[in-house]
Amino acid sequence: MIKSSKISAVHRNGMTEVRLLMSHDMETGLRKDNAGSLIPAWHITEVEVACQGRSVFKAQFGSAVSKNPHLVFRFRGGAKGDVISVSWIDNRGNTRRDEGTIS
Amino acid sequence: MNKQRRTVLKSGGTLGLVGLLVGLGLLTTQQAWAEWNKAAFDAQSLSDALKSLGVVAVPATSSDILMTIPEVVEDGALVPVAVESRIDNTRMLSLLVEKNPNALAASFTFPEGTEPYLATRLKMDQSCDVLALVKTDGGFFMARKMVIVIQGGCGG
Repeated sequence: MIKSSKISAVHRNGMTEVRLLMSHDMETGLRKDNAGSLIPAWHITEVEVACQGRSVFKAQFGSAVSKNPHLVFRFRGGAKGDVISVSWIDNRGNTRRDEGTIS
Repeated sequence: MNKQRRTVLKSGGTLGLVGLLVGLGLLTTQQAWAEWNKAAFDAQSLSDALKSLGVVAVPATSSDILMTIPEVVEDGALVPVAVESRIDNTRMLSLLVEKNPNALAASFTFPEGTEPYLATRLKMDQSCDVLALVKTDGGFFMARKMVIVIQGGCGG
């Protein structure tokens, strides 16, 4: 079940700190189900974060990023009320885009 | 009647234009996702993963890459990792786990204005070194830290 990403962005002294929690199982492809068969790999491959449409961060994930990926990063600029958008795609082609605002 | 016909014709024309732009590649309907480095993420060994990331010689170890990881973790499925690079013009940071089934865990790119700092959580299969590889205009630099894992977190 894929839910929306949780986005927290706080601006302080010219710097914006973004904390994200994306909802994804991040299956490694190495785990077995109760019947003993392998659960196929299923994980986010790319993430992009933008502030007011300007790209501020990009990530590529393998399956070794923990379930429900958590990210923290900082960028110069941003202002209270600016829109932070978080987009991702997984290895099955599912995509999701969520928005938050800087406080 | 006539007015409605005009509207239909107009909207049809607009749709045609959008379709044409998409067809020509001038307008994309969604974000282009094409940067995932499949070769590097599929690589099993650390050396193959480094090669696929463009590393040719063993990168110099740098004390300007600060890694914050616990020395011992109970649960290999949730290893908190924070890395800060104090090397000028850090463009990209990759996290690798030496003895994971696939060594490369994640890569991050920092556009102009974004601090070369990152915190996340990784899975570790067993006790081994975690490496931070930094790509700058002046080449690659590396730092590593040994982490003891009590319970493996890759499910193998």
